[in-house]
Amino acid sequence: MNTPSNLKYARSDEWFDTSNGAVGITDYAQSQLSDIVFIEILVDEGDTVEAGKPIASVESVKASAEIYAPASGKVGAVNKVLVEKPETLNSDPFGDGWMIKIEGNASAELLDAAGYIKHCEDRAH
Amino acid sequence: MPPDISSIAKTGRINMTFIPTSPAERDAMLKTVGVKSLDDLFDAVPKKHRFPELNLPPALTEMEAASLLGEMAGSNENVREHMISFLGAGAYNHYVPSVVDHMLRRGEFYTAYTPYQPEISQGTLQAIFEYQSLMSNLTGMEVSNASHYDGATATAEAVFLAYAQFRGKRRKMVVSPGVNPQYRDVIQTYTQGMGVETAAVAEADVTSGPEALIPLIDENTMVVVVQYPDFFGRIHDYEKLSAVAHEKGALVCVVANPTALLMLKTPGEMGADIVVGEAQPFGIPIWYGGPHLGFFTTKKSYVHKMAGRLIGETIDARGQRAYVLTLTAREQHIKRERATSNICTNQGLLALACCVYMASLGKSGLQEVANLCYQKAHYAADQLGRIKGFGLPFKEPFFHEFVLKCPRPASEVNQYLLENQILGGHDLGHDYPALKNHLLIAVTEMNSREEIDTLVEVLKEMGND
Repeated sequence: MNTPSNLKYARSDEWFDTSNGAVGITDYAQSQLSDIVFIEILVDEGDTVEAGKPIASVESVKASAEIYAPASGKVGAVNKVLVEKPETLNSDPFGDGWMIKIEGNASAELLDAAGYIKHCEDRAH
Repeated sequence: MPPDISSIAKTGRINMTFIPTSPAERDAMLKTVGVKSLDDLFDAVPKKHRFPELNLPPALTEMEAASLLGEMAGSNENVREHMISFLGAGAYNHYVPSVVDHMLRRGEFYTAYTPYQPEISQGTLQAIFEYQSLMSNLTGMEVSNASHYDGATATAEAVFLAYAQFRGKRRKMVVSPGVNPQYRDVIQTYTQGMGVETAAVAEADVTSGPEALIPLIDENTMVVVVQYPDFFGRIHDYEKLSAVAHEKGALVCVVANPTALLMLKTPGEMGADIVVGEAQPFGIPIWYGGPHLGFFTTKKSYVHKMAGRLIGETIDARGQRAYVLTLTAREQHIKRERATSNICTNQGLLALACCVYMASLGKSGLQEVANLCYQKAHYAADQLGRIKGFGLPFKEPFFHEFVLKCPRPASEVNQYLLENQILGGHDLGHDYPALKNHLLIAVTEMNSREEIDTLVEVLKEMGND
């Protein structure tokens, strides 16, 4: 499981890059979902989002999941290419798999990489 | 388990042995809820209302019952043996080739519930896949689901798709008054409590064409629903309406008659985003109103918001062609409250009937059916329109159904026809008060020229009475 140390993590398996505001789902999340066939981004550029509220909906061959904002603020960018190629979420969750960029403040409840790894391990039991 | 003898002695009734409750279990349950006997349990029900006398006729033997029920069934009049029918308005009397029933009754298909497990159901899944392929072809759309209950529910599901597509941000639908009134009722039932509004056409405009809908479409409109041909049988070109709707960002749903599609431009070519309708005309008898078959087709880009089951083609572990349910994560058993709809049931057996009907007639056979309907309906309209006192109020082109203006209320005309063994048209006054003297007449390949001439003669006589 890949868990870059420069990112912050939500318990609901989103990552947040404090340097540029990018949001995505973790390697752990994509492997749990298996082959992702569809992503719908629920917010548009310029919308205001609130940490903990849904920003996207993802469907894989066997499951469906809501993706929640790990930060509050304004949506600065939406990854339109991702909607055409949802499989990118499986192949490159921390790179081209970014969903939106939020200009704002990370939720206080986000974990660092070590904390998130432990959170994943706890759930495995 | 043997009958509970002691209870017969006490109550005169035999415990029904197929109810798996033994006296010991019953006593345990009574004890648990804290009563001594069954009589005590039912204490709240006044004694005189317990076990009321049912006043049933004496029991019959199987032979007697079969004879009685046969007699009762025989008193129903039907359009095959007793009556000439010109009734349509959503359900149409077409010939069903015998191969359709033969396929339906095969044990592998004839089941109360559609088995979807690919390991055991390749035949069923392939049949549904073929049904989907044929329907998409017919409507000019890219994808079809495995069907809905009927045309009305399929139409309401189209509204759900539009609502989900805009994630509730658009809340207005523009529904043509030329959409089957029952379908419009079902849309209202489906959408109640969702905070969705329907833009209404002015009373004077109920029989106007698509241009009356254009001013109603705005940036809050999620979907425009029209019918093709419309409920009055008229054929409109919806290309301009679709263009306006798309300019405003709204989706366009066309409720289509499948037989008519064999002769007309497809709704896909006119810009429709969703094409739904009633597939009963394809291999399903009219029966007494159902069960019918709703078809639902749309563009690939909306497939994740589509309700219902979807069968896809793939290859199995040995590289052989195989069929499976696909894109199931959009359905409610996985997506729960976030799913577009809570319907995943389809009309498997009737979709099979429809598929066999289409496959057995083939493209040219289906086109021949459509052409017969068209020609006979136009002959009938021409003859009926000439009768003194009658007339054809609409000038638009039509397919196999048209409005006939009568010199008396349509209900009276129908009564007169019924006395002459003719099931008349649909009384439009039911849903359109301004049209109480108007009948909606349907003509299919089942109506011979003699039948049409008889209808004309009988109406002429009525005029002379």
